[in-house]
Amino acid sequence: MSDVFERVKKIVVENLDVEGDKVVETASFIDDLGADSLDLVELVMAFEEEFNIEIPDDVQENIRTVGDAVTHIKAHVS
Amino acid sequence: MFDLTGRTALVTGASGGIGSAIAKALSEAGAKVALSGTREGVLEEVKASLPGEAAVVTANLGDAESVDGLVGRAEEAIGPLDILVANAGITRDGLLMRMKDEDWNDVLNINLGSYYRLTKSAMRGMMKRRHGRIVGITSVVGVMGNPGQANYCASKAGMIGFTKSVAQEVGSRGITVNCVAPGFIESPMTDVLPEAQKEALLGQIPAGKLGQGSDIASAVVYLSSNEAAYVTGQTLHVNGGMAMI
Repeated sequence: MSDVFERVKKIVVENLDVEGDKVVETASFIDDLGADSLDLVELVMAFEEEFNIEIPDDVQENIRTVGDAVTHIKAHVS
Repeated sequence: MFDLTGRTALVTGASGGIGSAIAKALSEAGAKVALSGTREGVLEEVKASLPGEAAVVTANLGDAESVDGLVGRAEEAIGPLDILVANAGITRDGLLMRMKDEDWNDVLNINLGSYYRLTKSAMRGMMKRRHGRIVGITSVVGVMGNPGQANYCASKAGMIGFTKSVAQEVGSRGITVNCVAPGFIESPMTDVLPEAQKEALLGQIPAGKLGQGSDIASAVVYLSSNEAAYVTGQTLHVNGGMAMI
């Protein structure tokens, strides 16, 4: 499971076109990584495909940081 | 003129006069076309008349589940979808004072509700591919109004507002969302008009004649093309000049 963060990071770097070292657990997608609301939707879509999970709408609303995403993905991938 | 070779398109209401003309024009421009409608026999005939590859995918647009699955079934048949043409529509005409809830609900659900559902399900793939063309077939009466068609006009005006909103949401992803608004076009829908009403109509059309399905189809082909990449959120009126908006 330790590679969840690395896989998330790779997707974030590709989707948001940001430097890898900025993608830390505490980084906010919108405030720190320059994402807009549509970018967030696309990120969630990409996570769903990468990890073969479905992230419900109410959970999506709570994913604000890279760490949030990793936590939710870990909870859903078993 | 506009080359759609390698593109794929889903056309709803493809068994109708305008829908089959749209399918034909897209096919002639090189696109693979998925034909959707309720009358399978007619759709098979349309398919057989097309010059290019095509598939028939039937759906009941009044049924949400059937609509939600339609884009997926079209993509299984012809590949990832580049172009969605939401053309299917019904009328349940009557003065408001006599309109039944069912007539209101059916028209809003099929004309506007299916546009919402189809656009939403086509959008996911289009966003990933950074390319998409969505064309809603609205109507001149969605802008002008028409007595006896409060439900139909509301649904068509709704399509225009929906189109403008979604165009703003996905503009940065290479996806355009536009409407084509036909005026009076020769079709089963206008064939039922009384002769006297048709004559009166013609008096209001500077072009002096009803339009053809192919007039609408040409506008759809343009909006589906690479050349129209910078056109989004628009309603292209094709009406012989009867309304200049």
